[in-house]
Amino acid sequence: MSNAAAIRPGRPALPEWVRRLPEYLTIWVPLLLSAAHLVSFSLWTIWISFTPSTLIPVTGWVGLRNYTAVAASRNWQIAFDNLLLFGCAFVVLSAATGLILAILLDQRIRGENVLRSIFLYPLAVSFVVTGTVWSWLLNPGLGIQKLVHDLGWTSFRFDWLIDRDMAIWTIVIAAIWQSSGFAMALFLAGLRSVDADIIKAAQIDGAGPVRIYRRIILPSLWPITITVVVIQLQFAISTFDLVRALTNGGPGIATQLPALVVYDLMFQRSLLGRGAAAAVLMLLILLAVLLPYAAWRYLQRRRAAHA
Amino acid sequence: MPDRTFAPSRIWIYLVVSLIAAAWLAPLAVVVLNSLRTNEEIAQGSMIGWPQHLAWSNYAAAWSGFCVAETCAGIRPYMLNSALITIPATIFSTLLGAVAGYAVSLWRFRGDTWIYGIVTLGLFLPQQMRLLPWTIVLRDIGLINTLAGLVLIHTIQGLSFTTLFCRNYYVAIPHELIRAARIDGAGFFRIFWRIILPLSGPILIVTVIWQFTHIWNEFLYGVTFTTGQQQPVTAALIALSAAVADIPQHGVQSAAVIIAALPTLLIYLLGGKYFVRGLTAGAVK
Repeated sequence: MSNAAAIRPGRPALPEWVRRLPEYLTIWVPLLLSAAHLVSFSLWTIWISFTPSTLIPVTGWVGLRNYTAVAASRNWQIAFDNLLLFGCAFVVLSAATGLILAILLDQRIRGENVLRSIFLYPLAVSFVVTGTVWSWLLNPGLGIQKLVHDLGWTSFRFDWLIDRDMAIWTIVIAAIWQSSGFAMALFLAGLRSVDADIIKAAQIDGAGPVRIYRRIILPSLWPITITVVVIQLQFAISTFDLVRALTNGGPGIATQLPALVVYDLMFQRSLLGRGAAAAVLMLLILLAVLLPYAAWRYLQRRRAAHA
Repeated sequence: MPDRTFAPSRIWIYLVVSLIAAAWLAPLAVVVLNSLRTNEEIAQGSMIGWPQHLAWSNYAAAWSGFCVAETCAGIRPYMLNSALITIPATIFSTLLGAVAGYAVSLWRFRGDTWIYGIVTLGLFLPQQMRLLPWTIVLRDIGLINTLAGLVLIHTIQGLSFTTLFCRNYYVAIPHELIRAARIDGAGFFRIFWRIILPLSGPILIVTVIWQFTHIWNEFLYGVTFTTGQQQPVTAALIALSAAVADIPQHGVQSAAVIIAALPTLLIYLLGGKYFVRGLTAGAVK
């Protein structure tokens, strides 16, 4: 390290660390604030989840009582079942839709850029906006059902929004519409990175397009598929705005999801300890998805390093 | 490319793609059309229909006329709130993230891998884990129910993304460049200002677009930490639909939805390439 500034004439020699103080502050303050808030806020929420806090946080220890209370509540059980159904259906269907869109766009078609923009634009809009719009379209008295009735087919029914058993599927529909474009973008990048020489060799061997997709292209996409699935699951687990705007958890509590339960416990029922416990449960669900993914990524990277 | 053709055998591809594209555009089209129909017209038919005459007055009402709760100032104050939250938070988090990304990728200091690892965990930690602590902290420092409080939250939380984006971009800059500059006596700030920043154009655009879109569209913090006149537009839209549940005003509401979505839609139309780059960069992590 040069000490040019310190030996420059006409200037008092400052100790190295004072001279570099602005630099240290600039580097450390934002990073430390970010890291410290992540660690301390997580620990803080975990701590609250073990206290008997209701309206305000209090000290005290109730062990796992908040957790058992949350897990035993009907609200959470419905939310958890909904998350399983919504998570699986949404992830599978949006990945499938994204893959189909990517394959279609990969056929060297005209207007590819315009089409890609169309499939991706929902991602630029807030879930509050799209949830509101879908709540109008799916409302039987306002939207698609009303339109079909007005056209003369009066026995037509599409009232999932007010049907306890089907309402969760309205959220699946809206979520697929909103984020299939994301899966498409990742799949398209994967399709474009398949080695062209291998495809050419297969064509020379007389393989048709269907065979080439099934045998060469699709198998090479599975690492991307896992990434897509994990990111979409992460989204599914924390879904809040979309449900808030589309069904607000209703009819009744038929479309309750964990994020809504957390909000309800913390800010509507003022049961902070239970709300914190529900938040920690959400984190655990997320970790159940992310930790295997991280392990898989680690193994992949190690294999690549050895290859 | 030479073989982008309309061969008859390929017509089905265009047919399928156009149908799906139409389905994707339909919700947008429905809201745009509704924003030009009067409330009465919508009440007589359905939400899906062609305007009989263009009711531009919906936009005036949505912008500055209709009432949310007790105040009748339209959506304008909430749009202003969102702008006053989003613009500073985007600038702060992008600048700090660029410096931090530069520090952990090219400057290197003791503990850099550790602190960077922890900061990027912020991409995964659910907001719900931070809700209570933020509530308590904001109340203690007197920023609860203020725009400044939301700017603070989005700046600190945005750092996880901005640091990651910039760091991943800067690692590709040759270290020799930095070493040579250091031998010439350039310090941390001079290297950032003279070498790093001029190279940062594309990544700063990606980061700004990403941050702006996310903060503008954010809802949970907005609805939790602010009430009434301090709310961002996403929270106000929900309050509006609750407020008009008795006497629906779907024409005006549609106009309000369009206005609220316009800033991020415009940014998407202008900088789509960078928007997608941010999406996929965030995905690869």
